[in-house]
Amino acid sequence: MTAFGYIPRDSVLHRLTGASKLIMTVALSIAAMITFDTRFLVFVIIISLVMFGLSKIRFSELKVLLALITLFLIINNVAIYLFAPEQGTLIYNTRNELFHIAGRYSVTAEQLFYQLNVSLKYFAIVPVALIFFLTTEPGEFASSLNALKVHYKIAFAVSLSLRYIPDVQRAYREISQAQQARGVDISRKASLRRRLAGILAILFPLVFSSIDKIEQISNAMELRSFGRMKKRTWYAARSFSKRDFVFVGISVLFVLLSVLTLVVNGGRFYNPF
Amino acid sequence: MKFTVKHIVATAIGAALFFLLARFLSFPLFANTYLTLQYAVLGFFAAVFGPIAGLLIGLIGHALTDLAWGYGIWWSWVIASTIVGLLSGFIVKAGSVESGEFGKKGIIRFVIGSLIIHGVSWGLVAPVLDILIYAEPADKVFVQGIIAGAGNFVLTAIVGTLLILGYTKTRVKSGSLE
Amino acid sequence: MSEPIIEFKDFSFQYRAQKHPTLTDINLRVFPGEKILIAGPSGSGKSTLGSCLNGLIPFNCPGKITGELTVGGQTPKSVFQLSDIVGTVLQDTDGQFVGLSSGEDIAFVLENNTCPQAEMKARVLEVARLVGADGYLSHSPQRLSGGQKQRVSMAGVLISDTSILLLDEPLAALDPLTGKRAVELVDEVANRTGCTVIIIEHRLEDVLWKKMDRIILLDSGRIVADGVPDDIVVSAKLREIGLREPLYISALRRAGVTVTPENKPGRLDTLIVTDDDTAKVREWAVCKSDNWSDNAKNGGTPLLEAKNVHFAYPETGVDALKDVSFSLYPGEMAAIVGCNGAGKSTLAKLIAGFETLNAGDILFNGANMRDWTIPECAERIGYVMQNPNQMICKPMIFDEIALGLRVRGVPEAEVAERVERALGVCGLTRFIKWPISALSYGQKKRVTIADALVLDPQILILDEPTAGQDWRHYTDIMDFLVELNRRGITVLMITHDMHLCLEYAKRALVFADGRLIADRPEYEVLSDPELAARANLRETSLYGLARMCGIGDAKSLVRAYIGGES
Repeated sequence: MTAFGYIPRDSVLHRLTGASKLIMTVALSIAAMITFDTRFLVFVIIISLVMFGLSKIRFSELKVLLALITLFLIINNVAIYLFAPEQGTLIYNTRNELFHIAGRYSVTAEQLFYQLNVSLKYFAIVPVALIFFLTTEPGEFASSLNALKVHYKIAFAVSLSLRYIPDVQRAYREISQAQQARGVDISRKASLRRRLAGILAILFPLVFSSIDKIEQISNAMELRSFGRMKKRTWYAARSFSKRDFVFVGISVLFVLLSVLTLVVNGGRFYNPF
Repeated sequence: MKFTVKHIVATAIGAALFFLLARFLSFPLFANTYLTLQYAVLGFFAAVFGPIAGLLIGLIGHALTDLAWGYGIWWSWVIASTIVGLLSGFIVKAGSVESGEFGKKGIIRFVIGSLIIHGVSWGLVAPVLDILIYAEPADKVFVQGIIAGAGNFVLTAIVGTLLILGYTKTRVKSGSLE
Repeated sequence: MSEPIIEFKDFSFQYRAQKHPTLTDINLRVFPGEKILIAGPSGSGKSTLGSCLNGLIPFNCPGKITGELTVGGQTPKSVFQLSDIVGTVLQDTDGQFVGLSSGEDIAFVLENNTCPQAEMKARVLEVARLVGADGYLSHSPQRLSGGQKQRVSMAGVLISDTSILLLDEPLAALDPLTGKRAVELVDEVANRTGCTVIIIEHRLEDVLWKKMDRIILLDSGRIVADGVPDDIVVSAKLREIGLREPLYISALRRAGVTVTPENKPGRLDTLIVTDDDTAKVREWAVCKSDNWSDNAKNGGTPLLEAKNVHFAYPETGVDALKDVSFSLYPGEMAAIVGCNGAGKSTLAKLIAGFETLNAGDILFNGANMRDWTIPECAERIGYVMQNPNQMICKPMIFDEIALGLRVRGVPEAEVAERVERALGVCGLTRFIKWPISALSYGQKKRVTIADALVLDPQILILDEPTAGQDWRHYTDIMDFLVELNRRGITVLMITHDMHLCLEYAKRALVFADGRLIADRPEYEVLSDPELAARANLRETSLYGLARMCGIGDAKSLVRAYIGGES
């Protein structure tokens, strides 16, 4: 298996430092969190889709991921509607009923518009988070965090967890097979109770055999001087180029724009009604 | 409270386990709300390795999980996980699990502490942030939060306690022997 | 002579949690450029001694020290200070590998000492070339073989130019051929850099493939012998403390040849044998071999039959097994051998039902196993993992063994009876009320065997049953398996250990590159250097001895050796 989610390609976005992509992800998250301005959200999505195109990663490679996101959005929308069919009316202070379904449930233009905005808000972060996740070499991840002033020990903890995720995954698979051989059942066929008991039979050896390793690994790190100095350098680090400054500039711009929408709309919501 | 290289490694392994459990071992409970075991493991690691490791495991583990699912990062719940990790590090007396002093009292503290922590994080922090950030309907997010919180609490109280007890046993026996 | 680089004076160490010292009255001087092998059984204190050299003791693992230790002329001050003098390659290459790629891992110590990136890249490349790891600098650890990982680990230590290289059980995780190459690599590096080498290992013969200056034997925390290999390998001390002497020396001894240090027996390459001696060996080989009868049980209906099995892992699509066919008969004790990655573990997983074959069939007693679930397979075929800690999931022994029955809904009275029977078979009866945590590694291994046996399987598959065990524990486990086999259980072992194969299996299935390349009695496999080369296995030193004695067909010597075993 390839390391975590990284898909190696030769693209502008691959050549950016992980740090600037992380800044973009955080900046867009903040921007999309702040505002409910539809025009701005659509603009963000268009720009991030363009960036995604530049990354040379094809949507067909992400079928499963996209299906999951869609499913997530559908369920979320249904849930919002079932709980609060009039949330839009409350927010926009008008009520344009399109049609009535039953009881307290009718469809209003405001509700549709509100739910569209919620979905756009979730979706706005998706492409850029995927870019960060898929175009950053895992080794560079930690140095990026460190470049953003995260203490190197914490940055390294992130790198180390990426290092051991595949190992833990393999251990999980092997332990699970061995326990199934003894008769534990974790398939959907089993009752919830049996399934839970089965999962525990896998969880315990998994957790304890993982904990056994902690001391070995930390010894190995200290024997090679980890923690000796106040800072550290990174083999996989990349230096900031002009491209990165532009990219970070755009990120900041997004945040400013989103604050601007607050002023223009006199609040978080853009109200067309 | 010292944060040594051992704690860094424990953080990494804890986050890796958190990621794995969140990704491969979850039962759907309710709309986009799952019953998962990672909070039991988080509570256990925080009890053994302290609040800073707990905080980082919650943060790193949850952020990586969200990234890998492709959600982007759903900050409100990531923050809630981070708080769970941090606070869980305070409920058990530092070092008591490691030295094998975790007795009946320790269990009671751990269970009651987890109840409060999960209540606050999922019943309050996560939904309030959801409302603030996404202007989601209050009913919906509170129901989601309470269901998730209840599930997480029950599993943490049972599985987390069992993990701590199992770990304590391995600790006691390694000492004072030939 | 120059000043010693390492000096222990009346040194003792006691772990804080333990009642007795682990090291007692150690007096040892090591001089610059020496190559030292520290050997001893499990629990002899050899790893503790190594930890004193790199500072893990006492700085990370507190305890009481008496006496003196100097490393590089000074008393150790911290792990970091010592790390400039002593470079340590740890036993577990997976734990040691902390980088996300080989390059990062090699650079790790430089990163921590804030070396500028450009210099770092240049030095990584240089050291990677030295150990032959430059071809996979960008690979993640999951893509590397055990041997490659060890090269990376070596490079990661050599990069800091320490004057002492300390290797803690470097062979434990490697197959014999890879181990042989690792020993060659250490030798080459030492010759080139002139560093002092200290190897901690219980596999004496494998380390002695290259010249060592001295061997230190440790037992119960004391140095029991300190001398040149030629003396140590023939000393009775070796067997007294439960270490295995080199195979060729055992063979010579059994043939009635007296081996003394004058024969230069430290390594097979230097061994001097007289014509008289070779005649004795030849005679022994002929006479013993004549009594040989092939008692392999190839009659009757096969218990397990693989027919043209083909399998590729879905994630990678790489063929792991190609067109594999063989039959296993009731009561056999067979070994699946091959180097790492040859497909032997994959085969075991297919037989145990963990994976589904792409083509071909596996029959159990004539019935096709294709549609059997994992638990259904387990009632006929027991599978024991290499690491018992990955199998055990209950804190109490009784509950652990009972698990397989309880989840099948067996009544509690019957559970008790069957668990007791399994415990009895495994020699664990007196532990019935014990917690697992009080058991040794070997006892845990028996518990996992009991886990499988409690379901009354007809076949038992064991993945590397003796990995990482010293000779005494190894013999314990293997004798136990022979006993099980006598009780009628068919045993299938997966191993890369040719010694294991030699002494205990009656038949060897040799795998290379996913193909079954030989299925023969084990003595033939072991005496065929061409086959060993094809399978990337290492022939035993018996083959070399046969050549030395002018025995054309090494088979007879191997047979004689096995015959003399019992």
